[in-house]
Amino acid sequence: MGFLSSKNKSILAGPLSKNNPVIIQMLGICSALAVTSKLEPSIVMAASVTIVVAFANVIISLLRNTIPNRIRIIVQLVVVAALVTIVSEVLKAFAYDVNKQLSVFVGLIITNCILMGRLEAFALGNGPWASFLDGIGNGLGYGIILIIIGFFRELFGSGTLLGYQVIPKICYDLGYVNNGLMILPPMALIVVSIIIWVHRSRNKELQEK
Amino acid sequence: MKALRKYLDKIKPHFEEGGKFGMFRSVFEGFETFLFVPNETAKSGVHIHDNMDAKRTMTAVIIALVPALLFGMFNTGYQHYLAIGTEAGFCEMFLFGFLAVAPIIIVSYIVGLGIEFIVAQWKKEEIQEGFLVSGILIPLIVPVDTPLWMIAVATAFAVIFAKEVFGGTGYNIFNVALVTRAFLFFSYPACMSGDQVFVRTGTTFGLGGGRIVDGFSGATPLGQINVAPSDGSFQAMNSLGHPLSLWDMFLGLIPGSIGETSTLAILIGAVILLFTGVASWKTMISVFVGGIAAALLFNLVGTTAVMQASPWEHICLGGFAFGAVFMATDPVTSARTEKGKYIFGLLVGMLAIAIRALNPGYPEGMMLAILLMNIFAPLIDYYVVQRNILRRMKRAGNYKL
Repeated sequence: MGFLSSKNKSILAGPLSKNNPVIIQMLGICSALAVTSKLEPSIVMAASVTIVVAFANVIISLLRNTIPNRIRIIVQLVVVAALVTIVSEVLKAFAYDVNKQLSVFVGLIITNCILMGRLEAFALGNGPWASFLDGIGNGLGYGIILIIIGFFRELFGSGTLLGYQVIPKICYDLGYVNNGLMILPPMALIVVSIIIWVHRSRNKELQEK
Repeated sequence: MKALRKYLDKIKPHFEEGGKFGMFRSVFEGFETFLFVPNETAKSGVHIHDNMDAKRTMTAVIIALVPALLFGMFNTGYQHYLAIGTEAGFCEMFLFGFLAVAPIIIVSYIVGLGIEFIVAQWKKEEIQEGFLVSGILIPLIVPVDTPLWMIAVATAFAVIFAKEVFGGTGYNIFNVALVTRAFLFFSYPACMSGDQVFVRTGTTFGLGGGRIVDGFSGATPLGQINVAPSDGSFQAMNSLGHPLSLWDMFLGLIPGSIGETSTLAILIGAVILLFTGVASWKTMISVFVGGIAAALLFNLVGTTAVMQASPWEHICLGGFAFGAVFMATDPVTSARTEKGKYIFGLLVGMLAIAIRALNPGYPEGMMLAILLMNIFAPLIDYYVVQRNILRRMKRAGNYKL
């Protein structure tokens, strides 16, 4: 089996669209609503989750033959918690402001359904390289959605992108006002639903009967 | 009428599939059935057709809204000339109000009906008539100074996300007009509340305008009561600081959203709705009963000025009466079972007053109360129906616990 055989490619690329953890499996919605009011925390969150999923997948995959079945959840939690703690400390050291914006949601990566889902469904039954690709794929699939939501919420809610003013001042002079609802979580849910709507209408085979 | 019918019959072939204006098929169909009761009958089985089809029902609601609309136009002008301290005749005030309100109505109809027409054409369905009423309700429940583009955005949002995604008219969970208002309220709070938006102080198409008199405040009575001291001395003021009597509030000569200030005009509308049988008196009455009960209950607590307000003030102020008569009775989004209507109405009334009294962030609670109860209406119906099934099974004796 090559490093990027067609099977591995589908493991990596599947979660980006046809098997996306957020808009197909409906996992990780909670953090997708909570951290996406700005683009920057969305990107940082996406990167954090990708790193944690990928390495947790690798570690669990390496340990998979030695973990007793009855305590596997505890073992998974310990691994994930250790990785999340590392990520959290790194963020505190190098990106303190973003870390403050993300607040508890960095720590709550532990409870992100995508993590436990991938560990249970994939890493326990596959080799480390495939698990790594699966983790990267799922992390990126989650991240793409977060970044799309963050992009639209920051653009319409604050008129900025990554903190830079995007909507020109002349619009405000003409009477344009930022949409306050965009910053509130309900609008994030509606943006998710619009993404799902567009995605399903482009991929007819995904439409539920 | 006959000439119109003849003309429609003459141009009809052009709008059939494949005709010259085939792409406007649904638009033509919509106008034709709006003007004339369609004479098509069901092809299978036995059906009873009521002459009151959906378009005729909608027309009755619009007629019932006319008093509130006309009074709203007059009041817009009245408040404006009060604010600039100029004497003006009735016609001048009405003209000012008409010119201020008409653009909002036009924008709401163009955006809402435009989306409906596009969707109907796209799905190859008939145009659904639901927006006829929503389009006139939206201007009546927004402040007069709401920018038109905001109304366009909010209307588009509400029609798409509160109605079309659920399947169109008759399938919506939430009242479309209230979703429009909720969207405006949460998106652009600065343009939907406070003391700057309810009275137009600028000009309208060059009409009116002038120096605002000293001591002017455009706060609505509900806005004032929300920040009033709790020593029982609260007295609602008009925008010049003269005290308002309960009669003024009942007539509606107070600042507020365009169509909801006059309880009298709304009651005329209520009579029309009840007389034509379009709205349910059970819902309507129970909203008022619930509101009065909740207000009396809060009177007993009475720690803030809002809690001390009498039930009559609560009913006459803000959108309570308007919501009770025109919003809570929406046949699509309210409870449909007869017992359910009482429960639905009572809870709407009580919640509206509770939000007013308990949440200082929202001086008015009617919008949120009705939207919240819209969610619960199917649940209420479900339990009313289940109870009835249970009761009848018990009576038949074949129900064992």
